[in-house]
Amino acid sequence: MLDYILRRILYAFPILLGVNLLTFTLFFMVNTPDDMARIHLGAKHVTQEAIDTWKREHGYDKPLFYNADAGGVARLSETLFVDKSLRLFLFDFGAADDGRDIAREIQTRMWPSLAIALPTFVVGLLCYLSFALLLAFFRGTALDTGGVVLCVALMSISGLFYVIAGQYLMGKLWNWFPISGYQPGWAAWPFLVMPVIVGLVAGIGDSTRFYRALFLEEIGKDYVRTARAKGLSEPRVLFRHVLGNAMIPILTGVVVVIPRLFLGSLIIESFFGIPGLGSYTIDAIQAQDFAIVRSMVFLGSVLYIIGLVLTDLSYTLVDPRVRLE
Amino acid sequence: MPRRWVFIPFVLLLAACSGPINSPYAPGEPAGRTLFTAFSERPKHLDPARSYSEDQYQFVANIYEPPLQYHYLKRPYQLVPLTAAAMPTVRYYDAAGRALPADAPSAAIALSEYEIRIRPGILYQPHPAFALRADGSPRYLPIDARELARMRRFSDFRELGTRELTADDYVYQIRRLANPRAQSPILGLMAEHIVGLRELAAELTEAVKDLPRDAYVDVAAPAFAGAYVVDRHTYRVRVRGKYPQFMYWLAMPFFAPMPPEAERFYRQPGMAERNFSLDWQPVGTGPFYLAENDPNRVMRLRRNPHFRDERYPDAGEPGDAAAGLLADAGRPLPLVDEVVFTLEKENVPYWNKFLQGYYDASGISSDSFDQAIRVGADGQPDLTPAMRERGILLSTAARPTLWYLGFNMADPVLGGLSERARKLRQAIAIAVDYDEFISIFTNGRGERAHGPIPPGIFGHRAGADGINPVVFTWDAARGEARRRDLGEARRLLADAGYPNGRDAASGRPLTLYFDTMASGPEAKSRLDWYRKQFAKLDIQLVVRSTDYNRFQDKIQKGNAQMFEWGWNADYPDPENFLFLLYGPNAKLRGQGENASNYANPEFDRLFERMKDMDNGPERQALIDRMVAIVRDDAPWVFAFHPRSFGLRHGWVANVKPNQMANNALKYRRVDPAARVAYQARWNRPVLWPLAVSAVLLAAAIAPAATAYRRRQRAGVRERAGA
Repeated sequence: MLDYILRRILYAFPILLGVNLLTFTLFFMVNTPDDMARIHLGAKHVTQEAIDTWKREHGYDKPLFYNADAGGVARLSETLFVDKSLRLFLFDFGAADDGRDIAREIQTRMWPSLAIALPTFVVGLLCYLSFALLLAFFRGTALDTGGVVLCVALMSISGLFYVIAGQYLMGKLWNWFPISGYQPGWAAWPFLVMPVIVGLVAGIGDSTRFYRALFLEEIGKDYVRTARAKGLSEPRVLFRHVLGNAMIPILTGVVVVIPRLFLGSLIIESFFGIPGLGSYTIDAIQAQDFAIVRSMVFLGSVLYIIGLVLTDLSYTLVDPRVRLE
Repeated sequence: MPRRWVFIPFVLLLAACSGPINSPYAPGEPAGRTLFTAFSERPKHLDPARSYSEDQYQFVANIYEPPLQYHYLKRPYQLVPLTAAAMPTVRYYDAAGRALPADAPSAAIALSEYEIRIRPGILYQPHPAFALRADGSPRYLPIDARELARMRRFSDFRELGTRELTADDYVYQIRRLANPRAQSPILGLMAEHIVGLRELAAELTEAVKDLPRDAYVDVAAPAFAGAYVVDRHTYRVRVRGKYPQFMYWLAMPFFAPMPPEAERFYRQPGMAERNFSLDWQPVGTGPFYLAENDPNRVMRLRRNPHFRDERYPDAGEPGDAAAGLLADAGRPLPLVDEVVFTLEKENVPYWNKFLQGYYDASGISSDSFDQAIRVGADGQPDLTPAMRERGILLSTAARPTLWYLGFNMADPVLGGLSERARKLRQAIAIAVDYDEFISIFTNGRGERAHGPIPPGIFGHRAGADGINPVVFTWDAARGEARRRDLGEARRLLADAGYPNGRDAASGRPLTLYFDTMASGPEAKSRLDWYRKQFAKLDIQLVVRSTDYNRFQDKIQKGNAQMFEWGWNADYPDPENFLFLLYGPNAKLRGQGENASNYANPEFDRLFERMKDMDNGPERQALIDRMVAIVRDDAPWVFAFHPRSFGLRHGWVANVKPNQMANNALKYRRVDPAARVAYQARWNRPVLWPLAVSAVLLAAAIAPAATAYRRRQRAGVRERAGA
């Protein structure tokens, strides 16, 4: 297994390099360093001299991939790509274009993101699995039909609607929770309840339908009939046997998400004023802050790869037939 | 589990219940003399040499103090001393260095020298850069690396100090404008005016080349003739020629003082990695200091304990006393102890929290305009009954801003000063009905523009004298301007060689191109409106939507034919608007702010005379002539001057919109008791939905439980076959 993990880690390097290359190319296809300078210097009294100074001070005065003015290896190393992207492999994110340390920002902002994402994920998973098992239990009945119709209705509505409706009902009309905002530490909990509820409701439709489909597929198999023939109660059949055997597809979708919980949610964080990494990324894209964008894309890729490795490892835990070699 | 942990949820619940449970603030916080407001975008820079936008000024201008400020109440806008003991004195010199009288002609003046004397005894806010050891050496300069490693937050610097503001700090800041590391946006502009600033910038640029990015740059070392200290409290700034607008710059944070030891403190190794920088933790002499800087969540200004004795103004405009704006005359400032800015990116939560009483003031977004404002029969905006019921108050003010539709004067079809092109532009100016635009797209929050100078700024004329005769006629009976008939526009179009919107020579329909940064569904209706305006003259309009960068690039290179643009005043002087049309400022030629690339020799000559003049009849006459030229040449379709609409709760006092001053927080007063009472009344939790939810849940569970029991009693075959 160790060999497998090592191999996956080595595979990660070319993938990350590719992601970096792609991000770099896409970003600089639509933005030149001059554009970035103009955005940061503002709309008034901007001279070419000021633009050149900004580029020089932020290290954007080099060629993108090939430095014809340099000699030897420096032709490739004295370029924006090498200068800006390769340091990421040492997790040296550097400073944002406004001078603030990106690593420190990530360390600060990942906790609010996690404070929203973790309960939404854990409680959501429990709720969605329970609802799906319930619908599977009542399969073919009016309850099942009603549940499926409700799920389809819920998944047809935009996530933004849940946010606005949640804020209107629970925040404004009924005065239960602060409409938006965040406080650090224990004082955060009043600000978390509503985003978590909204996140749960927004995800209930598609997740429940997906899990229900998985369970229904398992319920028709012979081992389930055998379990019933042994006289096991229906809850025991569902929770012990059906759930256990449906774990592989569930884990495929779930474990890969876990590391990325740090990255937060773009819409929820923006509307509820949660100072997490989701809003950090969106702000950086809007401000054309390449330093942050490349760092967040890189971090997202690393976490995704970790998620995939964890998913593979989790298969061995739930299915003894799986061996990682 | 220890027993005390059991009580934690109850303690949390009680803590939350000591005020309305939906309060976004800590318990008891609204009961203090605190102003609660919001910011929508995290400020990128809080360094006064670099900050140049409203979102940054709302902090910077309340922390740093330039020598001058705008009088809070008087209109037209008037400069008054802030840290200066009196208004600066100006001496003029000719090219040979001989002193000239104050009324010397501008052409004879080679140098203006501004002498500024600051009040003695002004102290800086508490700051670790001023902390001293017993032997008088700086406590944190140099700072031990191990000690710095323990500093997580700025408040971890336990030892603070202060010192007196000196003239040297002002001169140091002027030198900082030339520091390439400070990246001041006004360096290019100021280098044209302040003696030796360009040379200083060149020298510093060379000096920093080999320095690490965060290293301290000693801007005081190179020789610099542009500013110098006379004595501890007096300094002089030397400006090329006559540049009376420099006085306005002295009211902007660019010219606020910077203690050199603060910059040395922040430029130590390891500081930047911890976000300890001038961009992060300002150090000023103003009424407030930045007590909490978490731009991801909240920014908190707190009263500067060393703030000098500054008093609320005791005079204003007629009507100010009746409006209660002089009730606090003579009281020491600031009138609040703290200002809490909460990050609020979206309009909907901001508006709802304002209605709940959690923000003391709010703007009005388009989404909430109908909820807040109704337009009376007289066309005047007023609050809706729902707002009045809550005791909400409305303030409106004309903004010193101009929006216009610009023509690229270098364009072969629309540009140039030929009769044909001029008539074509004039026809378009008549056809594009910006009154309709104001009504549809700004909810009436704008004033039709007749020229380049907004109301409230010297040179603007109102009424019959102020109309643009190319586009309007004056209806004396109704006392208002009336847009010229579309038939006149068609005649002008025909004279220009495009009868019925077709090129008379080729017979092809006239197609024009409109470049804009607007795109997406929100902009669609506005762009459709533009198409319809041009369709009135049978002109086909092609909209070329692009992003900010491409748009800037097109304007810079003169590749746009028509475009929307605007200008917000740096200072209340007509020069700050008319320079947008000055030929040498054309973007194509000089990378200036003349986006239309307009150049009229007569206008340019008049501008050169007008810009250095003091306000008076002679200057007004020149401005009138310049405005007439621009109206006739029509390089712009003057669109509108926006009006700002602000709402505030009744417990906030001393609010008078001042579009030039950004340091108005010190004048605000709040009534915390009223705020707490209203917040409690408006935020009582509604509990019946919980009961209804419980009933609905029970109603859903009951049949499920019944079905479950029936299913459990059923046989294997039934369970499997279901």
